[in-house]
Amino acid sequence: MTDLILQTRDLTREFKGFTAVDKVNLNVHRGDIHALIGPNGAGKTTVFNLLTKYLPPTTGSIYFNGEDITRVESSAIARKGMVRSFQISAVFPKLSVLDNVRIALQQQQGNSFHFWKSARVLEQLNERAEQLLDSVGLLEFARVTTQDLSYGRKRALEIATTLALDPDMLLLDEPTQGMGHEDVDRIAELILSIRHNRTILMVEHNLQVVSRLADRLTVLQRGAILTEGDYATVSADPRVREAYLGVAADQEVAA
Amino acid sequence: MNTLVRSATAGLRLPLSQPHLGSALLLLAALLAPALIYPVFLMKFLCLALFACAFNLMLGFVGMLSFGHAAFLSTGGYVTGYLMINSGITPELGVLAGTAASALLGFLFGKLSVKREGIYFAMVTLALSQLVFFFYLQAPFTGGENGMQGIPRGHLFGLIDLSDNLAMYYFVLAVFLIGFGIIFRTIHSPFGQILTAIRENEPRAVSLGYNVRQYKLLAFVISAALAGMAGATKALVFELESLTDAHWHMSGEVVLMTLLGGMGTVFGPVVGAAILVAIATLFSGGELGNYIHIIMGFIFVTCVLAFRRGVVGEFGHFMHKNFPASGFGRPQ
Ligand SMILES: Nc1ncnc2c1ncn2[C@@H]1O[C@H](COP(=O)(O)OP(=O)(O)O)[C@@H](O)[C@H]1O
Ligand SMILES: [Mg+2]
Repeated sequence: MTDLILQTRDLTREFKGFTAVDKVNLNVHRGDIHALIGPNGAGKTTVFNLLTKYLPPTTGSIYFNGEDITRVESSAIARKGMVRSFQISAVFPKLSVLDNVRIALQQQQGNSFHFWKSARVLEQLNERAEQLLDSVGLLEFARVTTQDLSYGRKRALEIATTLALDPDMLLLDEPTQGMGHEDVDRIAELILSIRHNRTILMVEHNLQVVSRLADRLTVLQRGAILTEGDYATVSADPRVREAYLGVAADQEVAA
Repeated sequence: MNTLVRSATAGLRLPLSQPHLGSALLLLAALLAPALIYPVFLMKFLCLALFACAFNLMLGFVGMLSFGHAAFLSTGGYVTGYLMINSGITPELGVLAGTAASALLGFLFGKLSVKREGIYFAMVTLALSQLVFFFYLQAPFTGGENGMQGIPRGHLFGLIDLSDNLAMYYFVLAVFLIGFGIIFRTIHSPFGQILTAIRENEPRAVSLGYNVRQYKLLAFVISAALAGMAGATKALVFELESLTDAHWHMSGEVVLMTLLGGMGTVFGPVVGAAILVAIATLFSGGELGNYIHIIMGFIFVTCVLAFRRGVVGEFGHFMHKNFPASGFGRPQ
């Protein structure tokens, strides 16, 4: 039997009678890069919100490392090792780049309620924070105020911040959305470089990135799973070609 | 051009760094102030300043507008007053007891309110504080509309007679500095760092594993405790605790002081309190006194429309823009 890190059973979410996620049975293998694809409005972000409890599911259940986490709070899920990013960039804009990473590192320090200590105790985290920034190519921006970073760099910072928690599993919601070629390549490289010992579930529109990174993929359409499997199988599926990839995609998949 | 300004100011560097020098001057002024200004006026100012600083911890540094802080101010006052009248404890213990009582009440309020956002949080805190107001209106020990009168100031540590206004002033100054110090440290602590993160991007803080509600709760308890400390001290100063402190007007006044001075700045609420106390005193004698609420309202509207950052915030912004090397207006 394959080792599943994340599994959902009949995961469903309705918004006032509209079913945004419909009986989804997702199976993510440990160590994979797993892509979740589908047209706009298919329910991909909603699936992420359900997995990380930003929204409660209407019905269905979620298992992470074999444990039922359907009723666990968002912040506790992060502490269990499943950390998400957001479709819109999620940084602390007025803090320095270094501070952004330090806030994540601080989580495992156990001093986050210590209001009587000087913030100087956090300086012991600088070295680790700088290593993480270096690994995403942001070391030279450590003292810059985050809102002054370019969009691509903000997304790289997000990844560094997420990595600071050393999570078993990362959920990335459209990490390359709205980026130019160069940035897309950089992020794709970055994702490959961090996959060691981790599982990554990512929503991605750019099929070149998907074909390059993903071991398996799930296609979502109108809230329901159309198909799930390895890249070759899924991209060969005529229903996928028709429903999602369309005509133009033929060349893209071939590329 | 910036480098020019920078090197010019670098040449003027004094042995003490600027913030330290500023603080030292302020402390000196505070120590000498009673020689020039009537001590009771100063004490009222210090109590309200501490109250506003405590409130600003929630509004300015967590980003939550509480509209129920009068409950903590008055609880500090009534509890301390009651103990001073009935148990004969020393004033420093009385103030501690009032502070603790407000912290406890803050915990209850917080448990019921911090999961709310924005205007809903304000409404829940307002509703709860109205319950507290009606409780104090009815409870026999508060003296109802007449207030709790004849609260003795007592002897500090059993030794120093605080009925002397000058002695009392230095006691109040010490309480203020302790409270202000706690707030300053809280803001610049590992905990304060997480508060900043929550204010900047709450969903992201959650996704990094922070249970946001618990952080807001602790901030609320600290804020309530220090508001209680301000109320306790104020009750000793005036030897009186009345329903005015519990009324929602008071919850509004602290919003006004904080916005006037500059929310989210460390000194803003202090300046706001000074302005408010000065205006109230200035107009209370003359025939304009009847229009005090209209005048305040006018100032409030002007301030909110024209000086969004408040007095201290605008000053910091101006200095930061024109003299970046001065170190003013850096994000705190
Ligand atoms: N909070 C919400 N309330 C109501 N409808 C929502 C909400 N979130 C998402 N939806 C709807 O659910 C559907 C799926 O949205 P989403 O998960 O964002 O799609 P995707 O990320 O695949 O583009 C959309 O039709 C969207 O309008
Ligand atoms: Mg989406």
